[in-house]
Amino acid sequence: MLKSQLLAQLLKLLASGLLLISFAMLSRRRTQRLITLFAWQGAILFLSTSLVAWDAGLTELWYSAALTLLLKVMALPWILHRLIQKLGAQWDSEPLVNIPVTMLVGLVLVIFAFGLAQPISMMATTITRHTIGIALAVILLAFLMMITRRKAITQVIGFLAMENGLFFAATSATYGMPMVIELGIALDLLVAVFILGIFFFQIREQFDSLDLHHLESLREE
Amino acid sequence: MSYVLGWMTATTRPEHALQFLVVLIAAWVVLAPVGLLRPHSLHLVAHILFPLGAIVSAAVAMQAGIDLIAGPTPQTMILPLGLPDLPFHLRLDPLSAFFLLLLGAAGAGISIFSAGYFRVGEGSAPALHGLQYHVFLASMAVVILADDAYLFMVAWETMALSSYFLVTSQHRIPEIRRAGFLYLLMAHVGALCILLTFGVLQGGSWQFTFAAMRGASLTPFWATTAFTLALLGFGAKAGLVPLHVWLPEAHPAAPSPVSAMMSGLMLKTAIYGMLRTSFDLLHVQFWQWGAAMLALGLFSALFGAIFAAVQTDMKRLLAYSSIENIGLIFAAIGLSILFAASHMPLFAALALTAALLHALNHALFKSLLFLATGSVLHATQQRSLGKLGGLIRRMPWVAVLALVGTLAIAGLPPLNGFVSEWLLLQSFLFTPQLPHAFVNMLVPLGAAALALTVALAAYVMVKFYGIIFLGQPREANLSHAHDANKLERLGLGWLAAGCILLGVLPQLALRVAGPVTGQLLGKTVAPAVSLWRIAPVAPEQASYSGLIFLAGIVGVFGITFVLVRLIAHGRTRRTAPWDCGYPWQTARMQDTAEGFGQPIRHMFGAFFRMERDLPAPDDVAPRYRIHVEDRFWRTIYQPVARSVQRIADGISILQGGRLSVYLLYSFITLLVLLVFVL
Repeated sequence: MLKSQLLAQLLKLLASGLLLISFAMLSRRRTQRLITLFAWQGAILFLSTSLVAWDAGLTELWYSAALTLLLKVMALPWILHRLIQKLGAQWDSEPLVNIPVTMLVGLVLVIFAFGLAQPISMMATTITRHTIGIALAVILLAFLMMITRRKAITQVIGFLAMENGLFFAATSATYGMPMVIELGIALDLLVAVFILGIFFFQIREQFDSLDLHHLESLREE
Repeated sequence: MSYVLGWMTATTRPEHALQFLVVLIAAWVVLAPVGLLRPHSLHLVAHILFPLGAIVSAAVAMQAGIDLIAGPTPQTMILPLGLPDLPFHLRLDPLSAFFLLLLGAAGAGISIFSAGYFRVGEGSAPALHGLQYHVFLASMAVVILADDAYLFMVAWETMALSSYFLVTSQHRIPEIRRAGFLYLLMAHVGALCILLTFGVLQGGSWQFTFAAMRGASLTPFWATTAFTLALLGFGAKAGLVPLHVWLPEAHPAAPSPVSAMMSGLMLKTAIYGMLRTSFDLLHVQFWQWGAAMLALGLFSALFGAIFAAVQTDMKRLLAYSSIENIGLIFAAIGLSILFAASHMPLFAALALTAALLHALNHALFKSLLFLATGSVLHATQQRSLGKLGGLIRRMPWVAVLALVGTLAIAGLPPLNGFVSEWLLLQSFLFTPQLPHAFVNMLVPLGAAALALTVALAAYVMVKFYGIIFLGQPREANLSHAHDANKLERLGLGWLAAGCILLGVLPQLALRVAGPVTGQLLGKTVAPAVSLWRIAPVAPEQASYSGLIFLAGIVGVFGITFVLVRLIAHGRTRRTAPWDCGYPWQTARMQDTAEGFGQPIRHMFGAFFRMERDLPAPDDVAPRYRIHVEDRFWRTIYQPVARSVQRIADGISILQGGRLSVYLLYSFITLLVLLVFVL
């Protein structure tokens, strides 16, 4: 009993860490720092998934945790790191909306997410049910980051952070998705990063910049 | 060696037929990517892979034939492939065996021809041709063997895609890309209809095996819906009017062996699908289905024949002729449904036999003709009939073999086209016994339309053969034309031999079609009264003997030859023909493709949309131009295309070009959905 309560508290702590990192990502402008934050997010995800796996005694969740560690803490940050080295894109330009306003919008989103998560938490029976709101908030904040940034690489990090939120939501609500789906998503992520990496080079080749507003000229008139 | 022989005999035993066929299909699949090892080596693809593919085709045909003659019981098999809980089911029954026989027999000829046909520098690399070609063959075989909707659709789409890549092999030419797109579009619209058909057929059981669909009981409304969707879906693939527009575009765009495959084999998979759904899965319920199909089929046949008559491109002409033949097959199936639903299984079996035989015959002679156009194309670089002519001297082999195909498609005895058209006409003659007065009155009209179509088809073939091979060469460079190479001749010869064999001994075809009608209708047309003649219903009513015709033709020909030799021997002389006192004749003063089609264009003017530029009488350099167009383009396709364009334009307001705005759309959608759902 004590153990499970302690675990629940620990999980809540980790979840709040996740939320904090999401806000930090919203406020950062250096790409390098964003990647580090993303790796930290992955690490927290790995810890929380392992805890849930230990508590529920589910082998499949152990696999998911291992996958998270390999993919999100090691492989993807490393690939992204290499990418920005090659592209020389250490700095994002000024975001479309300035950072304080973004943070305020983020706050509203968190409240919205918590409000939404209330009925789901009532229904769920998992140890992590109170963290569903946070998971939802992480998804929305990552989405917000994608909207407000200009550079292609920041958007990809936002996309990956969003997937982290989804993964967290899945573990909190139902102890994770079926293994087949999880493997599929992991593969999709990896492929997406590779393809986007290729796109980055193409975009830079074409426009001499990674700034996405150049893409507006592609629109068919 | 003896071990191999033992294995061969063991695998050809009827009870292992399905396993053996699966091994053969797997052999195609294995052959497909081998060429990629050396993508630009023509030698590997042409001299090893295509001949091996041909051997596999012949083995498929042989196995299917043995299976049909040995009187098989349906064999089923579950492949350990596919998704979890959704394995692939296979089934070999007489219907699928018959179509495999067709596929293998014609496919062997086409493969051998392809071995000699493909050249470096024409379209995609040889290895890609080999890959797509064998995948195409294998997917068609799987379509025919599939016993659940899932595998059927997977194979069906594979077939559409592999043939799309074959059609667009010369994708650098814009017209070919356009033709390919049109083909892909129609293939997908058709596939969608077929998917919906299966959705209706499962009848609420959510079981997608054909076995479950056979057992499902549908209300008349849903059964009719399923039939209509199937007619649309398979009709789009087969080229039934008004879903035919892709055929005259895609067939000329493709390399000739591919045109032959598409016209000879792929259209038949649509026929197979139609038979499978309407007879096997839906158990033929209402005569109205047959009446609708009969009307559509006859209209397509007439439409195809009329349009073929005015074409000036030899491959377009053959494509329209395919529409005509598919129309005839659909008409025969419609008639069969009409009879079967009116409880006259024997006549239904007669009409169905006609449909099956015509499908088999069409696979043989249409492939033969498309391949012949391929040889002509290689020899002359010309597809336009107006620039050909007199090729019988330059290309005697192709000319003689194409003549066999031309006579067969024109429906002349003792070749195979005559047999099936004769059987179809026979089955029309029994329609007065139908219990529906209204249909009784209309069907004679159908018989007349059939007779007209067949006559027009013969006219078209006179034009096809006459303009290309007879007369004088219309262009100077035609004198450099060379005959087909040995492999090409072998492929053409194989198909021509098939045309002759099935024409002289139609008993063989009736024998293999018998089990199919037995399976679908429980009746079989009397297979053979004797070895030398066929009498489908009763010998005193009508019978036909290919052998007698052959003997008559050979006899008359021989006697004439001998007489001419005896009388005129040694006294032949060559002179110029009488030139009407006009000494400045050129090779262009012959009947042209346009001129030959003019009477038809005049008589059936209502079918066409014509644009003509007539030169003024005082023009020094007169040019005559005519453009004949399909009315369906303007009445059906363009309005649809325009409304799609309009809707797309309306939606494109959303496309501002800014990525963050796009993301905002998704974000707002997500928020709204979250609020809405929770």
